[in-house]
Amino acid sequence: MKNVMSLVLAIAVILSFTVAGAEETLNGAGASFPYPVYSAWAFDYYKATGIQLNYQSIGSGGGIRQITARTVDFGGSDNVLSPEELNKDNLLQFPAVMGGVVPVVNIPGVKEGELRLDSEAVCKIFLGDIKQWNDKKIKDLNPKINLPDKEITVVHRSDGSGTTAIYTHYLSGACAAWKDKVGYGTSVKWPVGIGGKGNEGVANYVKRAPNSIGYVEFAYAKQNKLAHTLLKNPAGNFVEPSFDTFEDAAATADFDAKNHFATWLTNAPGKNSWPIAGATFILLAKEKKDSNVKTVKFYDWAFKNGDAKAKELIYIPMPKSLKDKIRAYWKANGIY
Amino acid sequence: MNFLKKKNPVDLTFSFITGIASVSVILITAGILYVLFKESSLSIERFGFFKFLTLVDWDPVKESFGAAAALYGTLITTVLALIIAIPVAVGIAIYVTEVAPNFLKGPVGIAIELLAAIPSIIYGMWGLFTLSPIMAKYIEPFLQRTVGKLPLVGILFEGTPLGIDFLTASMILGIMIIPFTASISRDAFNLTPAVVKESAYAVGATKWEVVKDIVLPYSKLGVFGGVAISLGRALGETMAVAFVLGNNNQITTSLFGAAATVTVKLANEFTEADKDIYLSSLYYLALLLFVMSFIVLAIAKFLLLKAERRYSR
Repeated sequence: MKNVMSLVLAIAVILSFTVAGAEETLNGAGASFPYPVYSAWAFDYYKATGIQLNYQSIGSGGGIRQITARTVDFGGSDNVLSPEELNKDNLLQFPAVMGGVVPVVNIPGVKEGELRLDSEAVCKIFLGDIKQWNDKKIKDLNPKINLPDKEITVVHRSDGSGTTAIYTHYLSGACAAWKDKVGYGTSVKWPVGIGGKGNEGVANYVKRAPNSIGYVEFAYAKQNKLAHTLLKNPAGNFVEPSFDTFEDAAATADFDAKNHFATWLTNAPGKNSWPIAGATFILLAKEKKDSNVKTVKFYDWAFKNGDAKAKELIYIPMPKSLKDKIRAYWKANGIY
Repeated sequence: MNFLKKKNPVDLTFSFITGIASVSVILITAGILYVLFKESSLSIERFGFFKFLTLVDWDPVKESFGAAAALYGTLITTVLALIIAIPVAVGIAIYVTEVAPNFLKGPVGIAIELLAAIPSIIYGMWGLFTLSPIMAKYIEPFLQRTVGKLPLVGILFEGTPLGIDFLTASMILGIMIIPFTASISRDAFNLTPAVVKESAYAVGATKWEVVKDIVLPYSKLGVFGGVAISLGRALGETMAVAFVLGNNNQITTSLFGAAATVTVKLANEFTEADKDIYLSSLYYLALLLFVMSFIVLAIAKFLLLKAERRYSR
């Protein structure tokens, strides 16, 4: 019995050594928004190749700081860094996966996907200029709906978040008043409304307070069956948030490898584009060729094999044209 | 080196180890203070002390940061929490020590001490999903209909009751600190010499008179200590209030207004603070909270010592 035990122990020790020897680990840190899809990809990638990928969801701010300090192999960020910022810290940047933000409402009697809003109306509601649901502006957009004579409760995020950055960037692009008064960022000085912590906080308050409006990630709205609105996009069409309208936004957005894909996906010009989409980015340290090659290999694999998984988790995969552009960008920087 | 020889080596090692343990705590605290100071230097340079302290604005986009609203929120929630907690806690302590039948004293006392072990995030979740809807639906509209109609105090109950406000946050905080205050007060009450109490009963004092004239005066120091500890806990509490305060950077007179405390602000914004000055301002807030808690506890300790001296005389 003792012999068997020691044999088992010996095998276990040898096995653990060989595994440890063959094990390669990539370390990344950053935005929390793509964490579920990165870890799902990493799990499949490990099964396929034996290479492990650790991603710590510490927030975009943390991701940018960690890669700038070179303590990780790659950083994740929901924020779009400008070419100047990237050059200053000698970084590379490419988009990895996309998501969208949708306004959600709780108005008694108004069904999911029924309320139509244009960017001016959304803007004025969040600025506090439109205070009642039966305001003329909203009524004109929705002649068929019987809107209540009730005060609008605005709900926004209380914590800093990439979702807020995308949403406020959309508002800044859509109306000048928002750009002047508030601007965009992971957290802003909201003119009106109450704050909920996380998507779940916002969703909770919207569900509970009648006549409220808030904004959450597309995946969150879908999973929790919140009543989203239709939005009028820059091409003049009212669109529904869906995989198609997000992909359309990505395909028509002006991504350019020359400026490291530093483009927001908001207010995309496509006919069917949902106006509030956003990509989440990967940041690489330019001089660390070896680890960059490994990171790029992972994302190349994910681009090839990970679309179904991403959709399952309600993320929007990159359109093919954009993937090709990213591969060309890798090649140009000698890491592919 | 003479004094080393005199002592026995085990004794020496023992005093050395305990010495290191206590000195290291002080060193770590000093280190934290140093890091907070260093990290916030950018913000201190930009905004100075009085401007940062008095500016209500908190605008990451326009890079204008001030601590006034967060400090205001911290003070208000803490004070309200104490107002809610102290009477209940002292009541519990009196019941457990003086009123309850003997077979109940043990179980109730232990139950209260166990309450103190509940992690604050649990209070936070409970607050968000249970207390806040109840407040919004029943308690706050009721307050608005009744006391909200009175002149002067009416301004305390303005606005749409949503359950994400000072009142809800303070209630949670109050409930959270009750066990601390109660268990320390109970220990203090238990220290009242039985002889004194029995003498009072012997001359015909009622239970109420014994509590009022013997137990409370005898143990007010201990009660005060319990309150001071709860105060420290309430000042620094984060997760219990992070969900129900809204992190709205404003100074409002209404109990139904959303607000922010220093800790809530830090918890909500630290991870996504992407600019240097933004992060530095958050560190500056943390530094202010550190100093504020330190001063509050120092004052409490000072008063305690003073009272103790007067008492022992």
